Amino acid sequence: MSLRTPLGKVLGRGSAGDGTSHWWVQRVTAIALIPLTLWFVISILGKSLHHYAAMVAWIGQPWVAVFTILLAITLSWHSWLGVQVVIEDYVHGKGGKTVLLLLSTFLHFAAAVAAIFAVLILARS
Amino acid sequence: MNQRPLSPHLGVYKFTYTMTLSILHRITGVASSVGFLVFAWWLMALASGPSSYETAMRYLSSPLGKLLLAGFTFSFVYHFCNGIRHMVWDTGRGLERAQARRSGWFVIVAALLLTALLIWFGCAAIAVSADVP
Repeated sequence: MSLRTPLGKVLGRGSAGDGTSHWWVQRVTAIALIPLTLWFVISILGKSLHHYAAMVAWIGQPWVAVFTILLAITLSWHSWLGVQVVIEDYVHGKGGKTVLLLLSTFLHFAAAVAAIFAVLILARS
Repeated sequence: MNQRPLSPHLGVYKFTYTMTLSILHRITGVASSVGFLVFAWWLMALASGPSSYETAMRYLSSPLGKLLLAGFTFSFVYHFCNGIRHMVWDTGRGLERAQARRSGWFVIVAALLLTALLIWFGCAAIAVSADVP
């Protein structure tokens, strides 16, 4: 006799409560990052990186700004999920693990917000 | 002492280079995460004005900065190529031992070539843009 409730079986979320969503979002963000990073790397190689005004003018264009923000959100999300798994697998102390997971979460959100905020400023200048 | 059976640890397996590729995926992933932080910092420097951008670019074009950028480039490119290999596996293809070893070699060669190409173009772009007033 199984001790699992019929509802639990149907939902299929397992003991962690979120089923395959971590794995799935890691893949969805990975797929989105293929075109986003290719676009950004190829574009940035053709730019005069030391030329401040040229860089501001480029990132400030509406579509470039939109895709740079999408890139920042997707990179941060994918990185957050990946670093989480690495911490969970290799840091064994409960306290250290919790502190590092919190730090990683805060850092990823802060970096994403900073990147978005920077692009918005550049788009308005 | 816990008497329950343990699964065999890494040491019991004969070494194959695909093991190195596997752990490299995580190492390059974490390195790319640091690269993302540098990317956000670079964008903030650009948004903060010409003088802070100049400072940021001075750090990035210092010898240590260039070494880090080269490391981030390899990490990102390797993670990108091997990530595609992982997603092919997710569809159930290429899981035979010979196939996985072959795709492993393909990823190594592709990552090294693309890294060299990107560093080459990156150096050219920085060299050209340094002349612009």
